[in-house]
Amino acid sequence: MRFVESMIKKSRLMSPWMIHFDCGSCNGCDIEVLACLTPLYDVERFGVVNTGNPKHADVLLVTGTVNHRNRHVLKQLYEQMPGPKAVVSIGACNLSGGVFKDSYNVLNGAHTVIPVDVFVPGCPPKPEAIIDGVITALGVLKAKMGMGPAPEPALMPGDADAAKPAAAFGES
Amino acid sequence: MLSILGALGGLILAPFAGGLLSGVDRRLTARLQSRAGPPLLQPFYDVLKLFGKEPKVTNAWLVFSAYVYLIASAFSLFIFFMGGDLLLLFFVLTIGAVFQVVGAICVPSPYSQVGAQRELLLMLAYEPILILVFVGFAMCTGSFMISDVFRLDSPLLLKMPLLFLALGYALTIKLRKSPFDISAGHHGHQELVRGVQTEYSGPYLALIEIGHWLDLVLILGLCALFWHTSGIGMCILVAASLFTEILIDNITARLTWQWMVQKQSLLAGMGFALVNLLWLYVA
Repeated sequence: MRFVESMIKKSRLMSPWMIHFDCGSCNGCDIEVLACLTPLYDVERFGVVNTGNPKHADVLLVTGTVNHRNRHVLKQLYEQMPGPKAVVSIGACNLSGGVFKDSYNVLNGAHTVIPVDVFVPGCPPKPEAIIDGVITALGVLKAKMGMGPAPEPALMPGDADAAKPAAAFGES
Repeated sequence: MLSILGALGGLILAPFAGGLLSGVDRRLTARLQSRAGPPLLQPFYDVLKLFGKEPKVTNAWLVFSAYVYLIASAFSLFIFFMGGDLLLLFFVLTIGAVFQVVGAICVPSPYSQVGAQRELLLMLAYEPILILVFVGFAMCTGSFMISDVFRLDSPLLLKMPLLFLALGYALTIKLRKSPFDISAGHHGHQELVRGVQTEYSGPYLALIEIGHWLDLVLILGLCALFWHTSGIGMCILVAASLFTEILIDNITARLTWQWMVQKQSLLAGMGFALVNLLWLYVA
């Protein structure tokens, strides 16, 4: 039984199926995410499959500015994923709101809605950086399974003051 | 008694063979697309990971359908290894396919619903071909028993070459390979998210995946029956069919269901099969 358990834990690190959710970005980050799947970068080497289905996915890749409309979709997608799961936040807009930070319609990053494990900064980040982010997310999963040290909670500079979602337009 | 034990042994080994073949499939597919591809054991990692995931189900029918699909696949493979009746095998295989549709139709997800309708069309396309192939077996051997095939002196391929081609059609449709992957896409090509398998998750998706491996072994076994006189011949036939499947999967685009049912299945597949049956009847 112990052998099966250790095999399952090992397999989790060998087959991270991903789902990619675009919270309304300029498509720069999305193109870089999809570039990881092309023959040049071939992320399937690590067992990554782009499932497009939260019920099959282990890793959620989020791009784009989170706003008051799509934060519900983001939260629902996250809740539909069966555990253990990891979230990778990609690109400046998704990390902190980017150039739209503190706008009335924008939330300052996906971490204000769901727990984010790995931040990949860049506008847009290179495919290499995104692959590195996914592999780091596997390290986070490993820590969650008790197979390694817990990673430091990663916050971007200036995020401490933006922990709460801004009030929606018209709300008090 | 010995044959039952042998069949049980085969049934235990079959998931390993099916998983390996599916790994070869993913690796070959990657090479055909000039990628490096995942490790050979990737399908096993996937299934083990799925078994370790949190079980989240929409309703109880989904779980029931996943188990019935796996049991039907295993039972039809058992009948095959026992040298049993081809018709019985066909009906048990159909039960599995029907329950996959039931599982997909009992949930409210529109992707799953459309996938289920398309799966029914797939069944409409491959089942007549499969039954005609079995009729061909019966005309050559005089019975529907698989064990009777091994009493023949010459390979069946010489008598039923067109039926072998027709079986190739049925194989492609049953395994949901492109151009017939309209109800659910495999390895990352999405069709309707994941079609009939959209709502299965975690351990239940793993059961479906293992059932799929068993189906793969069964269908390749049926291909091997066409050259039963030599072991090397069987291996050549299985390898050639698998490689052709993967090649066709990579070089063709997805068909619409009208094309699949009318032109490809009814005209081409059934046409091949009927011409071969007439030839057997006359000869």
